[in-house]
Amino acid sequence: MNNLPLLTIITVIPVIGAAIALFTHRHSRAVAQVTGIVSLLLSLVVWQQLPKDGSIGLQELHQWVPSLGVQYHLGVDGLGALMLILSALVSLMAIDAAHRVRHEPGIFFALVLLLEAGLFGTFTALNFFHWFIFWELSLIPAFFLIKLWGGPRRGPAATQFFVYTMVGSVALLLSFLAVYHATKSMDFIELATMAANGTLQNRVLASLGPVMMWLALGVLAGFAVKVPLAPFHTWLPAAYAEAPSPVTMLLTGGMSKMGVYGLIRIALPLFGAQIATIRTPLLVLAVLTIVMGAWAAAAQKDLKRVFAYSSVNHLGYCLLGIFAIAIHTGGTVSDSVSQAAALNGVILQMFNHGLTAAAIFWFISMIQFRSAGLRRIDSFGGLRKPAPVFAGLMGIALFSSLGLPGLNGFVGEFLIFRGVFPLSWVAAAISVLGLLVTAAVILTVILKVFTGPVPERWAEFPDLHGGERLGIAPVIGLMFLLGLLPQIVIERVNPTVQYLLAHWRF
Amino acid sequence: MLAWTIYISFAGALVLALMPKGNAALARVIALVVAVAGFAIAIAGFAAGAGQGRITIIDVPWVPMMGIHYTLAADGISRVLVLLTGLAAVAGVLFSWNINLRTNEFFAFFLALIGGVYGVFLSFDLFLLFVFYEIAIVPKYFLIAIWGSTRREYAAMKLALYSFVGSAMVLVVLLASYATAGSHSTGLVSLANANLPVSFQMWAFPVAFVGFGILAGLWPFHTWAPTGHVAAPTAASMLLAGVVMKLGAYGCLRVAIGLFPHGLDPWGWSFWGIGSWRDVFALLAVIGIIYGALVALAQTDFKFVIGYSSVSHMGFVLLGLVTLTQVGVDGAVLQMFSHGVIAGLLFAIVGRIVYERTHTRQLSELEGMYLGRRLPFAAWAFVIAGVASMGLPGFSGFVAELQVLMGAWIAKPWWTAASGVGIVIGVAYTWRALQMAFFTDRLPRPDEHPKEGWPKFDPITWPEITATCLLFAATLIVGIYPSILLNSIEPAVKALLAGGMQ
Repeated sequence: MNNLPLLTIITVIPVIGAAIALFTHRHSRAVAQVTGIVSLLLSLVVWQQLPKDGSIGLQELHQWVPSLGVQYHLGVDGLGALMLILSALVSLMAIDAAHRVRHEPGIFFALVLLLEAGLFGTFTALNFFHWFIFWELSLIPAFFLIKLWGGPRRGPAATQFFVYTMVGSVALLLSFLAVYHATKSMDFIELATMAANGTLQNRVLASLGPVMMWLALGVLAGFAVKVPLAPFHTWLPAAYAEAPSPVTMLLTGGMSKMGVYGLIRIALPLFGAQIATIRTPLLVLAVLTIVMGAWAAAAQKDLKRVFAYSSVNHLGYCLLGIFAIAIHTGGTVSDSVSQAAALNGVILQMFNHGLTAAAIFWFISMIQFRSAGLRRIDSFGGLRKPAPVFAGLMGIALFSSLGLPGLNGFVGEFLIFRGVFPLSWVAAAISVLGLLVTAAVILTVILKVFTGPVPERWAEFPDLHGGERLGIAPVIGLMFLLGLLPQIVIERVNPTVQYLLAHWRF
Repeated sequence: MLAWTIYISFAGALVLALMPKGNAALARVIALVVAVAGFAIAIAGFAAGAGQGRITIIDVPWVPMMGIHYTLAADGISRVLVLLTGLAAVAGVLFSWNINLRTNEFFAFFLALIGGVYGVFLSFDLFLLFVFYEIAIVPKYFLIAIWGSTRREYAAMKLALYSFVGSAMVLVVLLASYATAGSHSTGLVSLANANLPVSFQMWAFPVAFVGFGILAGLWPFHTWAPTGHVAAPTAASMLLAGVVMKLGAYGCLRVAIGLFPHGLDPWGWSFWGIGSWRDVFALLAVIGIIYGALVALAQTDFKFVIGYSSVSHMGFVLLGLVTLTQVGVDGAVLQMFSHGVIAGLLFAIVGRIVYERTHTRQLSELEGMYLGRRLPFAAWAFVIAGVASMGLPGFSGFVAELQVLMGAWIAKPWWTAASGVGIVIGVAYTWRALQMAFFTDRLPRPDEHPKEGWPKFDPITWPEITATCLLFAATLIVGIYPSILLNSIEPAVKALLAGGMQ
């Protein structure tokens, strides 16, 4: 069992599933479901096999293009494995939500599975070349899912999404070429070691001059667009709103995490010192992302746009945590405790936000199916009477997003604030504003959609039927489980956090 | 063994030219057999040469009193480019399957062009190389002038004139270096080892580089390329962009850089950061990358988009060459292969698969045809080709451009930054063309969407599918496992950069 190349298998399975789905027109959804379930089970097996000390396990290493320092190097730690589970889970939920794809379902599900493979590849690759292949190629299925199955203004939305991300990627690529040129290595682990003992900076200085900060900015640009960090977020609301809801689930649940993952796996280890130097402006942007995201969500009338901006806000907490961690080495013991808390929080928040946001968009897609595509907040009202189960379960997901203690959303945000407060109390204090506004936004949605008089047309609004309940119930259960027993995740994540912090140098 | 690629192509051309007219089917089969045979020999030669340096195939005196030899040889660079030529030849024949006008002559010219190209890549005597280089010009002219489309006579003449100007410059360099080296040999190896004086190299290098660079689409001498590509029949555009432009780049590398490496030395003074011919040509290459991409972004004719994109992509080749670093030149050679495959594919999709069915190349008209639904094969083929062309990882273009950029980082960082802009614009124009041609959002007007449904297009034929898959396979294999080519390119480039060719 230990000799099986599990991480290769988990990446290949969705690709095979995609190939099969392409040719099984009517049964493609079933193929996709089976593939999704197998992937999820495999990701749980990976989770079980993680090394206990939080280092990177399940490694696979083969030569690929020796002359360019390219190796086939895979491996996951607690962070990577958690992201694998999240990707598998979100993909499965998206496939579940997509039960009425009329137009070319074969291609639709093939693209969804390719996107899943792209996520798996990104979260397991440890060599830049290899990682970049998946990072970029996952854009293609996402683009076409928006472009071909999206809403009325999908064309510009898809293009904007693609071009923005590509600009970020090119900046990232150019920076990495410089790093490779200076170090002759593309391996994340090797580069992280070099960065920690100062070799990386010295070599870059020797071969290219004082450009380290520019390289850091290039790398940050790539991730900032993807996450997104204000002011690079402008592609997001249109893309999220125009994408069909199952695809929005993948975008927010999976692809946005690629950016955060990249910051933790690549930006902090390699450019920790540079990020620490420009920490203040970065924190300002993170706070801006949080507060602006929340206020913008408050101003929206369209359910999908509300939660698109709300996603910006929630990912802002991850950015806040990440940038707050970056303080020049030499701090006190309490600093390192705070750093660990914040990083734990960030990783949990990635998972929880992915789960919750995907669930919310799942419910939105159900609302759209039932109302022939309506999604303006004021089109609805009083839905809790005709559809109590629907209202109850969606309410739980919404409260999770709001950060109610006892549900999963709370744990991550709490740990982030716990960690960030001692590290930068101003940023934390202003960000609390975001929490409050988000709470107001979500309560408003609940109020307007679920309570009040029932309009004539929604008197017969169908409740969730058996199959749908079966689909979403485990997710809601998981929200409670993670809210009440966060240690089932933390026991694997914390060793990784300690391991990473011990090996980083800012 | 590789020499047979040349002979077999010319023999095929001869047979086709002499065969009785009117039997188009037979002509096609003969052309295909010859092209496949050439490709098979190229593969065998590539495989046999793996791990070896330069292999001399034949070396006999030709004009003994002038020291001209008939020298054919192949190092890693030649073998890769011969492989590309074989691939492009097979794909070109397959995509020309529907040519009915004077079929046998068409394929005769086609094979003559292929033979000339093989000859250039295998010549290790400057005079011989020049002869093959000239031979390749004539069939190009006729292919465009007879079977071409938009303003074909103008385009054919423009191409021929540009080519002849370039050849004239090459001829001057040939004669001058022959004389300077002591008038006893025109062999590339002996010229490279002749210790030509630096002052001579200083002027011979730019003349040779521009002479060959014209054919490689060096800005501002590129203007033949878009018009030529557009006017040419599909197979000829595929060869022009896929192989003929590589002749120019190959000449820049083998002759200009190989024989006159000191021509790249600094002048000793600099003006606005430009202090050597290397800087000059790097600047021109970067301008070409960005200019080609910007112009492609503004085109209304689908084929012109691809035509200008070739200028942009060839800019990467030239930039890679003048980085003079191992990794940069490796990347340039790989980019030659990669662009040959990808540009061939793009031209085939636009010129053959789409144009032959829609009879228009105007993006605005294609927008009203909803090709994404009516020609899904073309749409998805263009998606893959477009993705490969914009240099996304997993395809050959990425590895190639990556190495060129690495080389540029080493040489001059700002070159890299500027080329990065070119890549982004490349994404934009490819995506724009893709969306306008295949995945438009414009709602159909009633007259565009008749009630009884759209008229059916001719079905996609087997030659189109075969050739498309062949080129896909090439770009994917090289993209995922670039070592397959890099293993032979690297030692050859190393030897060439080390000065001398021994």
